[in-house]
Amino acid sequence: MKFTIGWLKEHLNTNKKESEIIKKLTNIGLEVESFEKISSEANGFKVAKIVNVEQHPNADKLKVCDVDIGDQKTIKVVCGARNAKKNLLTIYASPGSIIPKNKMKLSVSKIRGVTSYGMLCSESELNLSNNSEGIMELKLSNYSNQIGKNFFKNNQEKVVDLSITPNRPDCLGVRGVARDLAAAGFGKLKKIVIKDDKRIGSQNIKVKILKNKNNGCTIFGSCLIRGVNNRESPKWLKDKILSLGQKPISAIVDITNFVMFDLNRPLHAYDADKIDKEIIVRNSKKGETLVALDNKEYILDDQMCVITDKSGVLGLGGIIGGTRSGTEFETKNVLLESAYFLPRSIRKTSKVLNLDTDAKYRFERGIDPNSIEIGLSRAARLIKEICGGKISKIDIQKTEKIKICKIKFPTNLFEKITGFKVKDKEIIKILTDLGFGVSKKKFELELNVPSWRPDITQPIDIVEEIVRVKGYEKIKSIEPKKIRFKDTLNAQQKLFHFIQRAIASKGYYETVTWSFTDSKINILFKENYDEIKIVNPISSELDVLRNSIFPNLLFYLKKNLDRGFKDISLFEIGPIFKSNQPGQQHTVVGAIKSGKISRLNWNEKERMVDVFDVKKDLIQTLSEAGYDKQNFFIREKSPIYYHPGKSGSVYLDKDDIEPIGYFGEIHPNILNKLDIKTESLVSFEIYLDRLKNNKSKLKDQKSKYEYSDYQKSERDFAFIVDKNFKAQDLIRIISSIDKELIKSVKLFDIYEGENIPSGKKSIALNVTIQSSDKTLDENDLEKINKKIITIVETKSGAKIRS
Amino acid sequence: MSDIKKIKDEYLNKLKNDLKIENLNQIKTELFGKNGQISNLFKKIGTLSQDERKKFASALNIVKEELQEKINFKIKEIEDKEINSKLESEKVDVTLPEREISQGKIHPVSQVIDEISSIFSEIGFSVEEGPDVENEHYNFTALNTPDNHPARDMHDTFYLDQNKKLLLRTHTSPVQVRTMLKGKPPFKIIAPGRTYRSDSDQTHSPMFHQVEGLHIDKDINMGHLKGCLNFFIKSFFEIDKIKMRFRPSHFPFTEPSAEVDIGYEIKNGKIVIGEGNKWLEILGCGMVHPNVLKNVNVNPNKYQGYAFGIGIDRLGMLKYGINDLRAFFETDYRWLNHFGFDPLDVPSNYRGLSR
Repeated sequence: MKFTIGWLKEHLNTNKKESEIIKKLTNIGLEVESFEKISSEANGFKVAKIVNVEQHPNADKLKVCDVDIGDQKTIKVVCGARNAKKNLLTIYASPGSIIPKNKMKLSVSKIRGVTSYGMLCSESELNLSNNSEGIMELKLSNYSNQIGKNFFKNNQEKVVDLSITPNRPDCLGVRGVARDLAAAGFGKLKKIVIKDDKRIGSQNIKVKILKNKNNGCTIFGSCLIRGVNNRESPKWLKDKILSLGQKPISAIVDITNFVMFDLNRPLHAYDADKIDKEIIVRNSKKGETLVALDNKEYILDDQMCVITDKSGVLGLGGIIGGTRSGTEFETKNVLLESAYFLPRSIRKTSKVLNLDTDAKYRFERGIDPNSIEIGLSRAARLIKEICGGKISKIDIQKTEKIKICKIKFPTNLFEKITGFKVKDKEIIKILTDLGFGVSKKKFELELNVPSWRPDITQPIDIVEEIVRVKGYEKIKSIEPKKIRFKDTLNAQQKLFHFIQRAIASKGYYETVTWSFTDSKINILFKENYDEIKIVNPISSELDVLRNSIFPNLLFYLKKNLDRGFKDISLFEIGPIFKSNQPGQQHTVVGAIKSGKISRLNWNEKERMVDVFDVKKDLIQTLSEAGYDKQNFFIREKSPIYYHPGKSGSVYLDKDDIEPIGYFGEIHPNILNKLDIKTESLVSFEIYLDRLKNNKSKLKDQKSKYEYSDYQKSERDFAFIVDKNFKAQDLIRIISSIDKELIKSVKLFDIYEGENIPSGKKSIALNVTIQSSDKTLDENDLEKINKKIITIVETKSGAKIRS
Repeated sequence: MSDIKKIKDEYLNKLKNDLKIENLNQIKTELFGKNGQISNLFKKIGTLSQDERKKFASALNIVKEELQEKINFKIKEIEDKEINSKLESEKVDVTLPEREISQGKIHPVSQVIDEISSIFSEIGFSVEEGPDVENEHYNFTALNTPDNHPARDMHDTFYLDQNKKLLLRTHTSPVQVRTMLKGKPPFKIIAPGRTYRSDSDQTHSPMFHQVEGLHIDKDINMGHLKGCLNFFIKSFFEIDKIKMRFRPSHFPFTEPSAEVDIGYEIKNGKIVIGEGNKWLEILGCGMVHPNVLKNVNVNPNKYQGYAFGIGIDRLGMLKYGINDLRAFFETDYRWLNHFGFDPLDVPSNYRGLSR
């Protein structure tokens, strides 16, 4: 919402300084985005004439223009606009000037090999309209003597730009802003005085609002101005339109725009002679079309609110008019429309047609239904003043009565919500100034909400009105109490936090990547989860929710490899998605490790990262998180994106159904497909939601401290087993032989080859034996030795190696 | 007796020389061996008279000890020398590089979330979470943002189905709804997490992080809201003096609503939080709208309170001088190394939030 302080003062009697007003606006909830001359940096924008156009030698779509910029200077400018042609008057921006739209500073630059000394501007680049097609075309008659002069006049007033929240349609007009300032003690709201015009004749174009279901129009007011002489707007009006950042068109159009921004009352002007007999406001029929004032053709759905005549659709009510009935300089008789459209209907229609206009923006937020007459009178009067003509009587058609919203406001609610007190008298004054009808009862106020405030429906809204007018600085800060009744983190959150840092402490860099990814990569990792498409992705490379962390990790691994990094350890802890339903997500760790260990190291032999590096990181992390390593069980089963021979899954317990993690080499085919070039790539995953929480706290988990001071003995064994016999099984067999005496089993060698039959391997283990009640003698040791050998041999088919 | 003296003088003299370990062993044998001079003298004791015996034995013992001590000292001296010269030969260049360090890092977003949790923990908030995929009801309708409300335009939403019923949450506020639906007041929670908007340019990223705050009890008013946020902002930026401004705004799910700005200035091209005459918007907040409370079966006549939503990434950028939001999510190894935190650097309220 834009306006100048001068314009504001047409509605507000105030002696406050500009800077005070600006500060106050923000303080009462009308946030000032900027306060500057739209042309403050505008010296660089000159009226210029294209004197010659040539094709750019290196680019089909570009032209090289010779541009007359006054003072007998002609310079070369490269331009891509289709409408750039010889003798066109347009706006030239010199190097050093800042383009209002994108705040880019221009400089002399080479464009495809041709030096361009500045730029020719479109209306959109100058913030004059949304029209970005082609460069501006200035009227020869008006500007031919202006070549070389600044386009923007420097004596322009500074423009206030407010960011109006969607609940405040009333402040989309200058008068609404003035009213708020008056209520906040910044002056007095002026009365609107419109000279009582003589109404000559009736509005004799018949208007009907059809009783269609959900008709989006409930009031349609209109009047005729006969015998006008449309022209360019006078300077004061042009300046106002320019200060809004819009382009003056003609007096009639400018006046309707002016009234819209002044009173927040959108109007529409028809060329009355182009209306076929009568006006019918109704629901559209599917397939009806409209060529709108933006020169686009819209194909309508059913149930859109349209203004029609005998020949068809004239416009989309409250959104945009059509070209067929638009006013022109030749227009003689004007029909002015001032109507009320339902926000819901406006919003629905504009969404379907993807249309955004100033009128639509206002109607969908809610326009004052009581402003119909004043809007018509104001605009008609201005048309008469500027273009002449005779104003008819006003015709108003209504299908619904305007309801007044009433609220009972208990005055103590204010203190209850804000923590500070305001006297009833002051509350009443504020509300009265804001336009409320107030009647005081014992403990409450009976309020009539002004018709321009559709956002106010209940007592809490009244609290907000009072507190924002009083100022939020009046709220007294209450120190928070440092008491805690509940743990900050629950067990699962603690685990998340712990595991995150445990993994980072093993040399991995934590990263955070999008929850979405490229479906082409995702498909390699999705296993049997649903592919979850995003209906409106920001790009086709981010079109699905991720089913795994790896697609993104590998994507960024490649980027880092391309940057010249080789030994990369990355992990992410975050959501993966199973389906498109809320809650169907897992919290997962994905970690990858590439390249070598001890690369280029002077005292250690370098080697590739391998599956046992990630297995260690995974097992250690789980063990640090409090899970008993002794119970872990490894299976060969793993998802298809792993190397089938060099990967596995970890179960917290042999009897668990689901693994809590996987580890292994990434399948070489995947590296090929993704064109990832690295010496070695291993990875692991943890499914946090599958980690059962320990039921007891650490203090209750610790078992009694028991230790033995009796001598311990170590014995080495070498067993010959089948080649595919699992080391884990051998260790588990030995460990479970005598839990009392066997303190640890350590595998220290695997051997295949000479002296070992083919299809077999030798596993060498070191077993620590210790009793807690005596020193074991040779006899005892021999006994347990034998036991180990016999049990291993019977249970596993192994043979002790002699 | 003169023998004793003679032996003593002779050998003390010998021991003054620079001797090798073999010489010392030789001397030991000469003195204390089976037929050593001292050993022989001891054998003589039995032949002496009662009187002489005592005197002789005592003098002999003194000399024996003196010589033994002297010899042992000499041996020790030589051994020390030998060890030292051996160690000298084992010398390495200690300026050679140490073994490879593998230093991991915690992402700034995680660190900032932990900092935030630590601060709110101190004043009694606990952490709640909610799903990233939401339905339209929890994300909008239950938060007093019905369909066809223009406020929905403020959120560019990613949808997961054609009917626009399933979406990626555009803010963490649905966690408010879920938390209140599954529990009973009072509520005092924060909910950090990922949020999504289909918006992507230099300052917007399609995914970002927010932390939601909610405190509902019988008498929680805007003063509590102000106090809580004051406490948070000061603790987070670790400065005592910080200019804060509450100004009216609008969110459908709070009434009255406010936005909070903090003061800053630009010093040497860097943003300095605290004083200064410029304002930077950092969060939105307000009193939870009675309609929202009704939607989650909390009686608005009995309970009231505040909610707030803060951009986590933005806070991190301000605190740690990170100027590009998009870099947070681009996994550039150099960036992660530069802005990442040591995993042992866990924010806590007794050791402080950051080093």
